[in-house]
Formats: sequence, C-alpha cells, structure tokens
Amino acid sequence: MDKLQKRKKLIITAAALAALFIILWVLEQILPANAMLFVVLKKGAIYALVAVSMNLLNGFTGLFSLGQAGFMLIGAYTYAIFTIPLEYHDSVYQYFNGGIIKFTVPVFAALIMAGAAAAIFAYLIGLPVLRLKSDYLAIATLGFAEIIRAFFQWDALGPVTNGSNLLRQYPSFTSVLFPFAVAGVCILLIVLLINSSYGRAFKAIRDDEIAAEAMGINLAKHKQLSFTISSFFAGVGGALLAMYQTTVQANAFKSAMTYEILLIVVIGGLGSVSGSVLSSFLFIAASEWWLRFLDADTYIGAFKVPLLASGFRKVVFSVIIMIVVLFYRNGIMGDKELSAETFGGIRRFLRKRLGRRKEEVTK
Amino acid sequence: MEFISSNLQYILTGISVGGQYALIAIGYTMVYGILRLINFAHGDIFMAAGFMMVYLSATLPMYIALPLVVLITVLLGFVVERVAYKPLRNAPRMSIMISAIGVSYFLQNLAWYVTSGLAKQYPAIPWISDSISIGPATTKIVTVITPLLTIVLVTALVLLIKHTKIGMAMRAVSRDFETSQCMGIKINFVISITFIIGSFLAAVGSLLYFSNYPTVTPISGAMPGLKAFVAAVFGGIGSIPGAVVGAFIIGICENIIKGLGWTTFSDAFTFALLIIILVAKPTGLFGEKMTDKV
Amino acid sequence: MSANTVQNGKRNVLRVENVTMQFGGVIAVNNLSLEVNEGEIVALIGPNGAGKTTTFNCITGVYEPTNGEISFYDQVIVRNHPTGKMKKLYAGENKDLYTRAALRSPEKGAHGDGKRRSVKVLRPTPDQITKLGIARTFQNIRLFKSMTVFENVLIAKHVRARQNIFTATFRLNYQEEKRAREECLALLEEQGLLPMKDDLATSLPYGLQRRLEISRALATNPKLLLLDEPAAGMNPQETQELADFIVHIKNKYNLTVLLIEHHMDLVMRISDRIYVQDFGKLIAHGTPAEVQNNQRVIDAYLGVVEDA
Repeated sequence: MDKLQKRKKLIITAAALAALFIILWVLEQILPANAMLFVVLKKGAIYALVAVSMNLLNGFTGLFSLGQAGFMLIGAYTYAIFTIPLEYHDSVYQYFNGGIIKFTVPVFAALIMAGAAAAIFAYLIGLPVLRLKSDYLAIATLGFAEIIRAFFQWDALGPVTNGSNLLRQYPSFTSVLFPFAVAGVCILLIVLLINSSYGRAFKAIRDDEIAAEAMGINLAKHKQLSFTISSFFAGVGGALLAMYQTTVQANAFKSAMTYEILLIVVIGGLGSVSGSVLSSFLFIAASEWWLRFLDADTYIGAFKVPLLASGFRKVVFSVIIMIVVLFYRNGIMGDKELSAETFGGIRRFLRKRLGRRKEEVTK
Repeated sequence: MEFISSNLQYILTGISVGGQYALIAIGYTMVYGILRLINFAHGDIFMAAGFMMVYLSATLPMYIALPLVVLITVLLGFVVERVAYKPLRNAPRMSIMISAIGVSYFLQNLAWYVTSGLAKQYPAIPWISDSISIGPATTKIVTVITPLLTIVLVTALVLLIKHTKIGMAMRAVSRDFETSQCMGIKINFVISITFIIGSFLAAVGSLLYFSNYPTVTPISGAMPGLKAFVAAVFGGIGSIPGAVVGAFIIGICENIIKGLGWTTFSDAFTFALLIIILVAKPTGLFGEKMTDKV
Repeated sequence: MSANTVQNGKRNVLRVENVTMQFGGVIAVNNLSLEVNEGEIVALIGPNGAGKTTTFNCITGVYEPTNGEISFYDQVIVRNHPTGKMKKLYAGENKDLYTRAALRSPEKGAHGDGKRRSVKVLRPTPDQITKLGIARTFQNIRLFKSMTVFENVLIAKHVRARQNIFTATFRLNYQEEKRAREECLALLEEQGLLPMKDDLATSLPYGLQRRLEISRALATNPKLLLLDEPAAGMNPQETQELADFIVHIKNKYNLTVLLIEHHMDLVMRISDRIYVQDFGKLIAHGTPAEVQNNQRVIDAYLGVVEDA
C-alpha cells in the first residue's frame, strides 16, 4: 500500500516535470526569444539552484552562512577561465599576454569543475570556521567571501583571472531548457540527499546540536559535508549565472548578492526546497518584470503619477520583503514541501470556503 | 623612525579612519551586547546620515543642518528598532538578523531611489575640511580632530554607562535580558536608548568620515559598517573600549597596507584579521567568555 | 584506586577516577571517583548544584574534565590533566596524577603497578562516546523538535549503518535503511509509542516525551545508559511506572544504568548502590539503606543546625 502510493507519487512527479519541459519547449517555439518571461525563467532557475543550496545549509543544517556569493564567484570564474576558446584569449586577456591557461574543457566538465573548485575552497574554509556558532559563523563566512572577491581581482593573478577586467567570450546558452535541466538535476540531487539518512542527520543538528551528538552524529564531519556540498551547488549556480550574463567580473559578487539569496530563502521558507524554488521565480519575476512599471515615469493625461521613477520598484520591493520578514516569518512554505497533497489541501480549503459562502447565501 | 616619517600620511589617515570606525563600532557592540544581534542596518544608517547632510546643507545654513542631521539620524535609528526589531523580540535570533539584512536592503534601495543612483557630492564643512600640515604631511583638520573627538565621546559614554541609572540598566540588560525584565527594568526603553546612542555616534562618525571623501553613494555605508563590526568583534563584542581599540588598530593597519601598495587587499586584510581572531580567540581582546548550559 | 576488574562476578562497566571539572575558578566536580558494574542500577544523588549533571557531561564528552580518568569496560576513554591556563588556576586535588610523566613512572602514577600503559590525553567528542556504547538522556528534554517520533528514533541508527553520503543519496543503502526502519518500528512498538509514530515529537505529552527520549537512547544500542533526572516533573503514579520501566528495559536489553534523580522513593526502590555528591565532592556511597542513614547525607539535604 505504502509502496504503491510512493510509486504513484513518483510517476506523478516525473510526469509533471516532463510536462514542464514540454511546455517550456513549446513556449520557446511560439514566443519571441527576448520575451521577459524567458529572462525570468532563466534567471529564476539559476537563483532557484543557488537558493536551494543555501537552504541546505541555512534551513536544513542550521548553519547560518553568508558566503554564498563567494562560492558563486569561484564557480563562475572557474567555468569562464576553462571554457574561453583559445582564439579569444588574446582579446580577453589583452593586458596579460593572452593568459596562461592554454587549454579549454567541454562545457559540462567545466560546470562540474566549477562546483568542485567551490567545494574545495569551502572544505578548506570550513576547517577553521565551522566551529563557530550562529552569527559568528555568518560574519566569518561573509568575510571569506570578501577575501575571495579581493583575491580574484588581484593583478598578480591576472594571467588566470584577468585581474579586475571582465571575462567574456566563453560558451553560453540561449535556450531556457539548459538552465532548467542543469538546475533541475542539481536540485533533484539535493532533494535526494535531504531525504536520505544524512539529510536526517543534518536536520538533527539543526534542531539540537547537543542531542545530535549524543545520538552519535559527528558534528564536525556532518557540518563540513553540508557546507562543502552546498558550496558545490553554489559553484555550479555561479557558473550558470556567468553563462546567463555572458560576462563575469568579481566585483559583481558582493555581499548584497548573498543577502538577496538569503531573502529568497527566507521568503520561500527556511527548510523548504519547493519554497526556495517558488520564491526564486517570484523574486526574480517581481523585481525584473512585474514591478517594472514602478520604475517608469507615468502620465495619466497630463497628470504625472507621483513617486514613480527609476528605483521606486526596488523600494516597493524591499517593503514587501520587510512585510514578509516581519509578519510571515515562516515564508511561503514554512518547512513544508509542495506536493500533490498541497494541491489537494488548497482544493479542500477552497471548497470549504466556497461551501461556507453558499451556506451564508442560502441563509 | 624612517618608516614612520615616510608613511606619516597613511598613519595619520589610519588614526582618523580608526576613530570614525570606532564611532560606528560602538553602535554595533552596544546593540550586540543587549540584543545579541548583528545590526546589519547600522552601516546604512551611517550612509543615510551622509545623504541627509548632502540634502540638508544644500538648503539650510550649516549651523542648522549639522544638528538636524544628527537628530534625524537618531530618529531613524529609533524608528528602525521599533519597526523592524521590536516585533521580533521573542523570535529566533536568526529571524531578527534577517530583518536587519532586510532593513539594510531597504535603506540602500531607498537611497538609490532618492538619488537616482548617482553619487552625491559631499559638502565641505567649514573649518574641519580645511587643510593643515603636520611635519611633512598635509591633511585636513578633520584628520586631527577625529581621534580627539572620538576619545571625548567614548569617555563620556563610558561615564554614562558606569555612573547613571540608565547606564546601570543597560549593563543589567546586557548581562541577563529576562532577569532584568523581572527586576522592573523597562527593556524597550533601554533598547531604544541603546539605538539612540548608537545612531548618534554613527551620525557624528558619518560627518567626520565623509568629510574625507568627495562623494556619498547608496553603498557607501556597507564597507565601513562591516569593518566597524569587525573592529567590534576584534575588541571583544559587547566591550566599548574593545571596540575603540579594535577600530584604531584596523584603521591604521588598513591604511599602512594601502601605503605599501596593496590597496586591493586592504579590505580583505580586515576580514582576514576577523577570521584569525574568531578562530583563535572568539571572545576578542576584551570580551567575556560565555558558555552554553547543557 | 584501581579496583578489581571483576567484583562479585560482575564485570566493571564504568570507572570514573579522580575526575575534577573546574570552570574558571569554580570547581563543579571535585575529585570524584565512582564505579558501575555490569547489570547494576546505580544512582547519583545530591542537592541541586552538586555537580551531578556536570559529572554526566564529563562522562559523555560534552565537557573535557580538567583532571582525571574515565574507563569503560576497563578501557580508558577519557583522560586529562590541567594544561595551559589551568596549570596555574587548578585548585583541585591530584594535580599531577595524570600527567604523562606521572603515568610513565611506576610509583607516582595513578596505577602504581609499574605496568606500561598508553599515556595519551584522551578527550573524545560525545559522538565517539555514543559509538562506544554509552547513551544518555537530558535533564531538560532534548528531542528533535521538527521531527516525528519515528524520525527521532531513526536518527540513532545513522552512525550504525554501513553507508556513505553517495550510497545514501542514491539509495544504494536501501537494505541498511530498511533494517534500521524495522528495528526502530520494533522498538517503538515495544515502548508503546507506535500509535503516535508520525506525530511531531514535541506534540507528545510530557511523560511520553521522556519515554521517547529513553527510547531514542536505546536505539543507539548502548551497553550503559545514563539517565539525567528521568522522573523530573512526574507525579508519584508516573514515577512508579517509570521505575518499573527502567528495571524492565535494563533486563530486556542487558543494560547497566547510572541515573541522576531527586525522587528518593524511585532511587531507593530500584538502585543497587547510591553515590551522594555535594559541592562537587562525593560525600557518601553505599546501598540504599546505608545511604539513608548516613549523617552527612542528611546534613547535605536538610542543612546543619549551626551551634549558637
């Protein structure tokens, strides 16, 4: 019985995912390639991956880390450095004699390398900092992210990183299916991990470190695992972001980027993967698309609508975020997951509401 | 000696910047001492004070603009606490920290909106922006008065905390939040006072800091804010003298590093110092040890 | 101090020797020594603040004792001597008993029998202690609050399973996982917690939360069970049931039990031996009857009338 239901769930999920990809493919055939929808979908998918990786750490393991931008930077640079075709090296590395990396690797290998590089850095950083508690850990990881940023802009490393200049001309993607596929596979792996025995151990650490230790869970090892794996996927996410932007520069990976991802995670719900995914798309859609009208000077007849001007969108947006943070502290999903049951629940809820209305009407 | 004379310019700037960091760091350390919160918005309140000066001095005479900047900044600090932190008093520590990040995000976006994202020229404040030469180095008067003013303000603050009733209440609250509540201390009042003092010092720090720079931008507050926080951790979070000593050390080291031609790493150095301190002695130079009860 | 390995035909399970725990200037546990033999229920009692829980924390690796040695089945698992700042600050006894030099020298050392032993300082982490076979509960219940009853117990099986992060992620460990689940279900059934296995652990009534915490400890397959005030907050009826329960699980799982408790009726009924701690120091030791009539124990609990 239990098994049958599980299988049924699996089939439904797989079917839903297949349907999603088919819809995306159809959309790409009928809509113009520069439609705002695709911007949102591409960037949303990338942010979803990064947000889920941050949630693995902050939401599921209870480690408050603010190093995400740093690990994304490592991923983005690793990807770019190893995929810029050799014929472009002279123009990209114009101040550094064409750079010293004289080979390229295939895109997928580079994506994995991006993750691996971020993971290795995370492992090394984790050795000293993971012993720190909550906010000290946050500030130490934030510090490391800033150090990484400075390091990648260092002139002495120019032949590899191009110093503070842009990296460009590396392979990118055009279809929205690419980020969806890569982010989808990565998120699937994270979900599998979270639902495994190790995922339970992570949650135990989040709930109560001392009790988790008393259950035989090696704190240092498991924190290190979570930190390294989270950074691996942040690295892959960084690489995808680099592909999306077609150029990459260390200076863009400021702590503000980490804050943005953290806010996405919080809005989605700490400890909910589907919450993070959902809120990534909402966040990107709201900030890049739906609230755009707030940025434009608008006239109704001769009357200029007050306040609307460049930047107002972000103000409104941050007010919305503050409202969520203050009044809906558990975010969209809390620590629950979106599933067939959720939809069932929504249906039941609506029916109940509507049913009650009807009753009132008949009275 | 030769090192000092050839680097006098940088050392002087370092001491000055250190004093400005100290004024910001006190806000961090006091808030952390009481709420156990890294007030990520503190650097942005500092930035907001910079913009207020830009806008107010454009229309008002300096002798009105200066006190008004300080007053509004204090009000801003007070309002931020009441709106964004007070409702989360019983929430997990992480929530209130996230709220602080949210406020920081909001203030930066608001500043961006108001200024249309353009860097604004900071006004020259009479007298303190004038030049002065000390030995071989030429500098602004602000460089010299910053450390003096810092020491005066810090001494006043330490006296306030040691000898007044509100100071005693602050010490009690930072030692044990719940117990002091039971003893009839008005927690919210004490917390508001803490934010008011912190914002006041940040406003003064802002006046001094931006006098050294040509412009203010919406993200001008982020880096000095973070560095001041590092200074507070370095000195032992919760300790006011610690924050001041930490701030001077960081200010001076950072400028010497610039003097040595490693400008790219002057920010990174601060964070490296932070990490070394956190790993080697998490309680900082003057901090007290706290243990969790099992 | 070294005792025979076998007493009255029972093997020695836990031996705490000269353990001192000093925090700054405060000595929480002062030169404490105690022994627990296989199959016994031993109680550690004393007024509030006597250092009982600190003793537990030293045994389970939550704290590193400042000085002393702890053995489990005759194998030294914890050993420390004052180092660093503590060298100067240390105000307890037997300061030089466990230094390397002392352990090497045949006369001065803790085991004055001249045998060669390892002289390493041992400061295991709590998880290592748990893996050895010592499980514990906490004074203030520490359940995993976002997890169900079943998951709370299942956590204990994590370290016992043969798996790594890859096999776990790709479900190659499904046999291990299945076995762990079955074991946990059996345990819950046996403890009467099966009907609420999918409830949130924190939604259980207080008494059941206590029971779940004990079940969770049992799921780590311990040989020695440390219970920290298991009857705290219980009424006489519940305390009675708990006493029977402790005896029951002890026999069923071949356990040895060391418990901290304030309910004297429980302690007197089920303990084989009792240690009494006050101000960190051991002030009495014996069978329940002996301890009940010990004047120092009565003084410690009721206070001493000072002569005017």
